[in-house]
Amino acid sequence: MEDTNKRYWKGIEELKNDINVVKNADKEFNFDEIEGGTYRRDFLKVLGFGMAAVSLAACDAPVRHTIPYLNKPVDVEPGIPNYYASSYVQGGDYASILVKTVEGRPIKIEGNSLSTISKGCLSAQVHGSLLSLYDNDRLRTPQKKGKEISWSSLDKEVMAGLSSASNIRIVSNTILSPTFKKVIGDFATKYPSAKLVQYDASSAYPLVQANEKSFGKAAIPDYKFENADVIVGINADFLGAWISPLEYNAGWVTNRKVSSAKEGKKAMSRHYHYEPTMTLTGANADYRGRYKPSQEGLLVANLYNKVSEKLGQGSPLAVQKADFEFLDKCAADLVKSGARSLIVIGSSDVSTLVLVNALNALLGTVGTTIDFGNTVNYRQGNDAEMAQFVADLNSGTVDAVIFVDANPVYDHLAGPEIEKGLKKAKLSVAISDRADETASNCTYIALNTHFLENWGDANPKTGYYSLIQPTISNIFKSRQPEASILKWSGSDTAYHYYLKSNWQSNILGGKSWTQALHDGVHELGAAPVAGASFIGNIQEAAAQATAKKGNGLELHVFENTTIGTGKNANNPWLQETPDPISKVTWENTAAFSLKTATELGIAQGDWVKVSAGSTSVELPVLIQPGQPDGTVAIARGYGRTKAGKAGNVGVDVLPLLRGAKGAGNFWADGIQVEKTKSGYTLAQTQTHETYMGRKAVVQETILSEYVKNVKAGRFEPKIATSEGPKRPNTITMWNGHEKKNHSWGMVIDLNTCTGCAACVVSCQAENNIPVVGKAEVARAREMHWVRIDRYYSSDAPRETGYNPNGYKAMEVASDNPEVIFQPMMCQHCSNAPCETVCPVLATTHSSEGLNQMTYNRCVGTRYCANNCPYKVRRFNWFKYFENDDFDYAFNNELGRMVINPEVTVRSRGVIEKCSMCVQRIQAGKLVAKKEKRPLKDGDIKLACSSSCPTGCITFGDMNDPESEISKLLAHEKEGRAFHMLEEINVQPQLSYLVKVRNKDKEDSKVV
Amino acid sequence: MLHTITRKFLLLITIVFLSGQGVFAQEAAAGAGDAAAGETLFKNNCKQCHSPQDKIVVGPGLKGIEERRDFAWIKSWVQNPDKVIKGGDKYAVDLFNKFNKLSMTAFPAYGDKEIHDILAYIKKANEAPVAAAGAAAGGAAAGQDTGGGKFFNIILVSLLAIMVLVLVALLAVIRLLSTLSKTDESLTQELAEPKPSFGENLKTLFSNATVRSAIIWLFIILGTKATLDGLFSIGVHQGYAPAQPINFSHKLHAGDMEIDCGYCHTGVYKGKQAGIPSSSICMNCHNTIKRESPEIQKIYRAIETNTPVQWVRVHNLPDLAYFNHSQHTAVGGLDCENCHGDIKNMEVVQQRHSLTMGWCIDCHRQTDVNSKGNAYYDKLLSAHEQVSSKPMKVEDIGGLECAKCHY
Repeated sequence: MEDTNKRYWKGIEELKNDINVVKNADKEFNFDEIEGGTYRRDFLKVLGFGMAAVSLAACDAPVRHTIPYLNKPVDVEPGIPNYYASSYVQGGDYASILVKTVEGRPIKIEGNSLSTISKGCLSAQVHGSLLSLYDNDRLRTPQKKGKEISWSSLDKEVMAGLSSASNIRIVSNTILSPTFKKVIGDFATKYPSAKLVQYDASSAYPLVQANEKSFGKAAIPDYKFENADVIVGINADFLGAWISPLEYNAGWVTNRKVSSAKEGKKAMSRHYHYEPTMTLTGANADYRGRYKPSQEGLLVANLYNKVSEKLGQGSPLAVQKADFEFLDKCAADLVKSGARSLIVIGSSDVSTLVLVNALNALLGTVGTTIDFGNTVNYRQGNDAEMAQFVADLNSGTVDAVIFVDANPVYDHLAGPEIEKGLKKAKLSVAISDRADETASNCTYIALNTHFLENWGDANPKTGYYSLIQPTISNIFKSRQPEASILKWSGSDTAYHYYLKSNWQSNILGGKSWTQALHDGVHELGAAPVAGASFIGNIQEAAAQATAKKGNGLELHVFENTTIGTGKNANNPWLQETPDPISKVTWENTAAFSLKTATELGIAQGDWVKVSAGSTSVELPVLIQPGQPDGTVAIARGYGRTKAGKAGNVGVDVLPLLRGAKGAGNFWADGIQVEKTKSGYTLAQTQTHETYMGRKAVVQETILSEYVKNVKAGRFEPKIATSEGPKRPNTITMWNGHEKKNHSWGMVIDLNTCTGCAACVVSCQAENNIPVVGKAEVARAREMHWVRIDRYYSSDAPRETGYNPNGYKAMEVASDNPEVIFQPMMCQHCSNAPCETVCPVLATTHSSEGLNQMTYNRCVGTRYCANNCPYKVRRFNWFKYFENDDFDYAFNNELGRMVINPEVTVRSRGVIEKCSMCVQRIQAGKLVAKKEKRPLKDGDIKLACSSSCPTGCITFGDMNDPESEISKLLAHEKEGRAFHMLEEINVQPQLSYLVKVRNKDKEDSKVV
Repeated sequence: MLHTITRKFLLLITIVFLSGQGVFAQEAAAGAGDAAAGETLFKNNCKQCHSPQDKIVVGPGLKGIEERRDFAWIKSWVQNPDKVIKGGDKYAVDLFNKFNKLSMTAFPAYGDKEIHDILAYIKKANEAPVAAAGAAAGGAAAGQDTGGGKFFNIILVSLLAIMVLVLVALLAVIRLLSTLSKTDESLTQELAEPKPSFGENLKTLFSNATVRSAIIWLFIILGTKATLDGLFSIGVHQGYAPAQPINFSHKLHAGDMEIDCGYCHTGVYKGKQAGIPSSSICMNCHNTIKRESPEIQKIYRAIETNTPVQWVRVHNLPDLAYFNHSQHTAVGGLDCENCHGDIKNMEVVQQRHSLTMGWCIDCHRQTDVNSKGNAYYDKLLSAHEQVSSKPMKVEDIGGLECAKCHY
């Protein structure tokens, strides 16, 4: 061997013969210098003390008391939940609900299937509203200038103030309640100067104005998505946030469902969507086009001209020609489907709205998909009256103002003026549940209730009535707004009786009050569909709509699905629910396209200062595929300052719009962007953008292929064996599990999953899932049992073989990608990889096909999480209850009232995951056993499947041939149904159905 | 041996009587009312004041009521006793006066069917004394079983003692023999020596290495067992019988008065919790009975001051275990005594069983599923019958799976 004198040094210290190196040269571990380390003796001391403490504590069990009712209510049996029908009403947002209560405390909101409006479906926000009931930041008593005041003195002072006032205004969001309007009528009789001013944070007043101009009808029509073959959405997030998303989801999905059965439906509506940022609805469209906010009028005018041309009527609008993605195809399809089309636009520009009305009229959709026979009441805000109020308040003409559950200082563009003007009013009262941005500027806070504590009603649509009944007695010294206004109008009637007598004399028409209260809804049925003829001035509208031009970088402000306009911002469930598109939690971001970000020299991880004129906000950057170049999109609803601990996150973007020329339409131009810092980690639950051609994960096809072959888009892996290639499920080393009675399973239709996250929040409420906060989410430690994976398509060609650069390219999402959502929870594998690696048998298999997780047995090795191919197992890194580091609902007595008593609250150090709501399965089985009958399909509903607004999750017993899931799988097994990662043959109980896009072959990115 | 024969004989008698009874009862049911339905109604609504036999509880015993009064009278009385009394019916007025002018609760919802059912039950209850006696005998025999267990323990201990004595004796013999095998001289020498005292004997015994190590090992083994037993009993509160804020006697109410458990523990057949009765349930009877008792006064005070009684919970399961009463009572058909012990003889309620997971599992292994007449189990039963001829145990249908109790 060659002799060498070469020497190597471990480091520069060794070369220099540093004193420390020499001293410790013979020691393998050099821990002495590390400050604060654990020494052996200390460790033993702590261990000894711990042992002693534990044995002492174990000596005597604490005495546990059990306290019965003094006089048990007849219909309450401890341990047995009661359901009450009620309604979710927040401003103009509406859903008919069932409230599950145990011993007088609501613990879950379910959909009320008797309602033909919400049809038993709920959104994430409705599920989340439950937690707001137990919000520890709610005030406890009524207040006067920040000090506690009794109701009697408040009433006296307020009534004195009202009597001496000369000009009273009641400011509120949309009031859906006919009885409350009657109360306000009574109030106005007593105080003749009183006037009701309604406004909406997301106003539809321009739509009402446009409809008046176009059709002579100042109303919002019923949009019948179920009657449309071609749907064009323009900046209208109708599946996520626009006007009445729950209803529109149900309509939209009607023509999106396909079936592989021989006679099954194989037709779909085609959905075009144009938008200035990626929204939930855009992500679910077949064709998605981008435009800059300033081009909205131009887009609509050009579409009008194209349709008109194709109808052989020339191009009537003299506007600049502009090209938008798929606009020709869109116009052609619209012409083809004629009256069975629907164009909706979420613009706040009246002239643009008139143009869209004209286009709808041109196609003849008014009367088929747009129904003026059944108008809706969801948005009654009147921007003109609100502007007048702001002016009057500042001029001092209005001397008394009552805010009814409204927060215009935060959510109205004229917020600062209102704040200023309030100082001039002699009497200012806020009926609010907290000292929010508006209430804190008022003299009195007449403490408001939560809607679950209220009596009330709603009239969401003509002919549809709905009741609200209390499901818990008032937690604090609060009083519902209706009762307060009734009191101040001089009546001593309880609102409950007022409501009942109003219903009996004006609404029920002789029908039973008890029945209506039981059902929650009282529906007179829909009136016949009615159209209207267009009377507007289209040329004038086109000229106005295309007049506004944008310079430089444009800002688009939008409303997301979870936080909305920020009314319920102080809700940890909603804050931690990932935004369906960006997957960001706990804050809003400035979204740029990759190209624009590169031009501006910014990247994800940076913070930027976004300025419009003299105002600016600072927030983190998000690279958003599908974002139009030259724009920045920021969600509103964040940046509350007085919402509470959880709600005061993110930044308020409305200040940027104040003074901008497109302010009314939520855009601004001439935006300056300046990088302020970098190295920031967004609390995102998914950072991988594309699925990189992994067909075993996501499978999709296009309609024309599906019609030819129901297995189109299916990926069927084969395993090489000595007997040739075989399907993975034909070879196994396991014996399998016998399922003698039930075999619980789920089928998730990727075609109809919109990614709205309603299931995520529903599951969180049902299964006591803790909130972990922004820092932990950033470490990928969120606890949700069901997550929704969102994948973008990539333009890079699919790689075969091994080419690192090729794969790298596949990681990059397209500029305008196709999007697919995939709900991902425990797949309840029959050959479960997690079960075989658990050293303590904490995860085992049941005889009904469930993968069981036993918390009290788990020692936290996390081998199972390591071995899970779907990465659905979540680990409790901390104790998330009664822990000041996680100061959310589970850290206070009030918040813990939301806990479901049927489900264990997990402690630190154990794994948890989707149990397929085993508590509901057990409860459903018990009911059948008690009634001595076999279990029927539909007896058991899961938290996720029952709340899905499009019904994309089917749950049931796969051993029961009569169940919906068996019938569905009977034909989809040889059609769209696939197991995720089939090649590893873990035999999940869950199947997915291939997504079908109604796209032409040349436009498709996957076929 | 004699025991077994007697027991078998008694059992046989019981079975014969019971089956005969069953046939008869069914015939009776076909004629007038459903005795089983009547029993439920009676236990839930009548039993608090009436005995089906002659005994006077609060109101008169109902034996032979059908001979005393006709059906029309009974019906009008049950539906509205006050009306009958006010109507001046002599029998009714006499009855009212005889029983301290307490009028019976009215049951206006009871129609012909319900009343016929209850009457059928009363009739059946009065025809059953022989069977009851047989069952009592069976119970006594079963009682001796536990006595046998105690006896066995005594035998075991005495056997152990005898064995130790034998061991000592044997050791002594060995020693003697080894001495004898030595030379004659030493023998004479030794014989000449004075007889060693008992203390010296013990000394030599303990100086023997085998004995020493045996004793040490015995201590180690016993010590380990005691420690392990101690550790396993952490959190196990068998025998826990805390003092309650009100000296309520289950022996009096459930035992002597034979009030059905479900009358007070209203949830026991319906939900997961049996439930502690609300004070209003106590008042159903105690607004007239024993009002002056200081213990009852505590309930009055609770109602007046609107502060519920804070009972001490006796049976505690950890939060991680899910237990549902109705699954075991309404579906499984188990009696309360199965888990709660002989409540009917407890002055103060005591936790009789360990309520550990092992205890639960044992029962799930041994208990047959109460599948008779319950269509839910049909599919499971046919699947079970294909593979086994033994009865279907809870274990066979997944009763040992984790997520049946832990979720």
